[in-house]
Amino acid sequence: MKQASAICASLAETASHIVPVLVAFLRDEVGKTGFHDVVFGLSGGIDSAVVAYLATQAFGKEHVHPIIMPYKTSSPASLADARAVLHDLSLAEQVIEITPQIDAYFADKPDASALRKGNKMARERMTIVYDHSVVYHALALGTSNKTELLLGYGTQFGDLASAINPIGDLYKAQIRAVAKAVGVPLSILQKAPSADLWEDQTDESELGFTYDEADAILHLFVDDRLSVEEIVEIGFEETLVKLIVRRVMINQYKRRMPVIAKLSSRTIGIDFRYPRDWGL
Amino acid sequence: MQSLRVALAQISPVLGDISANLNLHLEQIEAAKQQGADLIIFPELGLTGYSLKDMALDVARDCKHVDIVTLLEASKSIDIVFSFVEESEDHRFYTSSIYAAKGEIKHKHRKVYLPTYGLFEEGRQFARGDDIQAFTLDDVRFGMMICEDAWHPSVPYLLSLAGVDVMMITAAGPGRALSGDPNSASQAFWERMVRTYAQLFTTYVIFVNRTGFEDGVFFFGHSLVANPQGELIGGVFSHEVGLAVVDLPMQLLRKVRFRTPLLRDEDPYLTERVLRRLTGGN
Repeated sequence: MKQASAICASLAETASHIVPVLVAFLRDEVGKTGFHDVVFGLSGGIDSAVVAYLATQAFGKEHVHPIIMPYKTSSPASLADARAVLHDLSLAEQVIEITPQIDAYFADKPDASALRKGNKMARERMTIVYDHSVVYHALALGTSNKTELLLGYGTQFGDLASAINPIGDLYKAQIRAVAKAVGVPLSILQKAPSADLWEDQTDESELGFTYDEADAILHLFVDDRLSVEEIVEIGFEETLVKLIVRRVMINQYKRRMPVIAKLSSRTIGIDFRYPRDWGL
Repeated sequence: MQSLRVALAQISPVLGDISANLNLHLEQIEAAKQQGADLIIFPELGLTGYSLKDMALDVARDCKHVDIVTLLEASKSIDIVFSFVEESEDHRFYTSSIYAAKGEIKHKHRKVYLPTYGLFEEGRQFARGDDIQAFTLDDVRFGMMICEDAWHPSVPYLLSLAGVDVMMITAAGPGRALSGDPNSASQAFWERMVRTYAQLFTTYVIFVNRTGFEDGVFFFGHSLVANPQGELIGGVFSHEVGLAVVDLPMQLLRKVRFRTPLLRDEDPYLTERVLRRLTGGN
């Protein structure tokens, strides 16, 4: 729809000069933890590709440790695209198949849903990333964008986990702008985004709306603080606006610490208030 | 004084680590001295870092504390403006900036306007300053503001009526980098504001902002100086750490105020009358 693409074009424009700030962010926030290296999952998609480019600019290739973690149903194109990123940035290749452990776990659970399998795979991958944070003495970088984080389109303690996330305040349309700016390969820029948790999955078919629609509605709701009625007046379909706003609300838990029963005068997450950078 | 040589110390303080920041201050002071600066200015909460939350209690210092005395001692060879969490005798906590010279506190400004909205929560920890005063040193009349103070035009207006030649704004200004421009939207606004104040109040305006990141928040730097004609005459024009040394020829004030006598024509009595009416007085 016209409004959505116009809003996304303008969103993309705002991100046109953001790369130096993101590189400085990575150096500053990673550097002060005492780490010099970073580790993250490289899927072959646009988000982790952007993180790979930013991290390489920030730390240099010898300090960047992407891990490719395919399952047997993962698309061969994803693997090829991830390799194209490694090649372009001269990063070392590390592939860790997750098929054996996933299949072993589900061997006696033949009725497990695609959701359960998808979640399990996302969490398996994140345990591997965190395991390698010890191997490389590296901090785990997040690769979730603002659209996914707001929609809750990700697995808690799986792909949503990280120590530091350079792209979490960028909508998908802005990620595309940054991807172009840093030189992410065209094959990645042009393909349909996919979590690649099962064959032929695409994000947009699973979500039931396009990223452009989601970005535009989220931007109007979150950043411009328009009400559902005001967004509908602009020309967006009411059911869709309500669906997206509802998703933002019910997935708030994925963006917060667990709720703790408050008993004392200083409770973690409530009134024990320190910056995350405390003591760094 | 013919000309004032000012060093703008655009630093990235370590959050909550006063000893590291004190060393950083002393290094910058040494560098400024080597460049012949009369005065070095540090950003808001340069001694402590900004996003303190509950740490404010731990890093608060009274003016007799050895950390503060160390900087007063350093001011025997160069004037220094520095900023920290000041604890008063009755245990109120202020965001303060001190002008130190010849080993003494010459002036102290306690931040009046404490932003408590959006990402800001200063009103939770800090007490509000309750005065705005100019002060004179070596024939130069100064006024100080801290960050949000400058977003209230009454503050520079009062300083202007008090006759200041140089307004100093120390800041911990976060940037909204998604502006579609190499500079953040906040940076563009601050630059406009500093230049506008300089031109309207026909004074020098010095803006010293910090840089670096705290919990993901980006401080945009871009410390700068505008002359009484509203022109930029120096600064650190990036979000990198830097020290800019800028000369402020005082003669220019004389010429500009003769040519554009806004200060001469300003009518504080009219302002006072209307203010009294607006605030319910007679």
